[in-house]
Amino acid sequence: MTYLRLLWVFFRIGVMGELAYRVNFIVQLFQSLLGLVTALGGLAVIFSYTDRLGGWRPAELVALVGVYLLVGGAINLVIQPSMERLIESVREGTLDFTLTKPEDAQLLVSVQQVQIWKLIDIVLGLGVLVVALVRLGADLGALQAAEFALALLAGGAIVYSFWLILATCSFWFVRVENILVIFQSMYEAGRWPVSLYPGWLRFALTFIVPVAFATTVPAQALAGRLTWQTLLEAVALAAAMLVASRLFWRVGIRYYSGASA
Amino acid sequence: MRALLDVYIQQFKTTLAAQVQYRAALVIWTIGHILDPVIYLVVWSTVARSSGGSVGGFDTGEFAAYFIALMLVNHATFSWLMWEYDYRIRHGDLSFALLRPIHPIHADIADNVSFKLITFTVMLPIAAGLAMVFHPTLHLVPWAAMAFVPVLILAFIVRFLVEWTLAMAAFWTTRVSAINQMYFVVVLFLSGQVAPLELFPFPIQVVAAILPFRWTIGFPVELLLGRLTPIEALTGFAVQVAWLALSLALLRIIWRAGVRLYSAVGA
Repeated sequence: MTYLRLLWVFFRIGVMGELAYRVNFIVQLFQSLLGLVTALGGLAVIFSYTDRLGGWRPAELVALVGVYLLVGGAINLVIQPSMERLIESVREGTLDFTLTKPEDAQLLVSVQQVQIWKLIDIVLGLGVLVVALVRLGADLGALQAAEFALALLAGGAIVYSFWLILATCSFWFVRVENILVIFQSMYEAGRWPVSLYPGWLRFALTFIVPVAFATTVPAQALAGRLTWQTLLEAVALAAAMLVASRLFWRVGIRYYSGASA
Repeated sequence: MRALLDVYIQQFKTTLAAQVQYRAALVIWTIGHILDPVIYLVVWSTVARSSGGSVGGFDTGEFAAYFIALMLVNHATFSWLMWEYDYRIRHGDLSFALLRPIHPIHADIADNVSFKLITFTVMLPIAAGLAMVFHPTLHLVPWAAMAFVPVLILAFIVRFLVEWTLAMAAFWTTRVSAINQMYFVVVLFLSGQVAPLELFPFPIQVVAAILPFRWTIGFPVELLLGRLTPIEALTGFAVQVAWLALSLALLRIIWRAGVRLYSAVGA
């Protein structure tokens, strides 16, 4: 609950900061639409030659594009800007101010910066998902919806933990933001089902840079082809990574000596 | 000419020192340039396999050859000017470049070429590695392979001039990121990076033939793979030369107008 309340506070700060630059809304809308056009245009070319891609029907891949935009939007809305700010504050020593606040420090650093215009990506992603579901003619049962929600939550938790672990490395190394940029560029691979990729790349996208759990797995749930085993794996991995990132964060904090020390 | 050569050599040394220092930017660009073609290669190979081995005249081996060659050509001809120019103008870095006695584009070319000399030591082994994984089939035609060299150099120059010209939009607006992204999407589809252009519907092929992007990326790749007749190769070469003349003229005109505006703001 505290988490949501804090997120709301930082969201309001983000809104107040950005309302001065309203043209940014139009620019972001334009860029998000361009991203959507790129994704759907690619699909259109491919499905003019085939009716299935690795067993996925067109509408299912559109659903995957929706999940891709949705999760990408969430990352860019709060996870990425907050973690970048964390890395910067470790380097500049301003993390001291966060640590002296009465709330849990991990909570604070995880929501401290919100880029509100990225909400457009989330809205767009949801819209694409709805269109895809209508085209699938899916009578989405309560069970399937629950599976999707669970898979999405697990994917989000995995991505968040991954970013936190990398950002925590900044307590020891100075230039970790570059690794985060690598994640950004590899996230693009999540626009396609990871099952298409050859083994080594699939492995990298599942375990080294956890893109698969963030996009393919939730989309599989919507397409009704998610096995219980995969879902359990995703949830177990999410739980393990949440705990691991928490522990690692505490080690990092202990190592941090501050700017004034 | 001799002085210009000295400038290039000096710029090369500076860039070499700077790039070895800041390896991160190098890694980021390189990953993007490898991952994108690999993704589309995988997707199109899947399509080819599921429709009986080939799609629109490409089988899996030919797709592999196409996208691996595309990766190298795209990397050889790309520039990051459009992302840098805006910074240059808003922070006033351009003022220093204007003080020098030669056109700032020479420093940019030298900088770009030196960057590529470094990154190709990574790109070539990676291309070899991808070749081992994806088994490309390459029918090298001797005359086409020889023509590839001048065509690639011309492609680099044309793409560089076009991007340098477009980057100058930063003289007039501060919102270049939207322009850059639009450019990026257009190039992605119309240069043959998503798929070989012959797989696109006819109207799109016509648009691609008019714009320069296909001639700077897709055309050299198709030539290298021996997919073009001598007539087609000559036509492509002629279009490249035409775009070279046009982009040079545009660059000069816009540069003059832009610099005038720039000095007006700074005064």
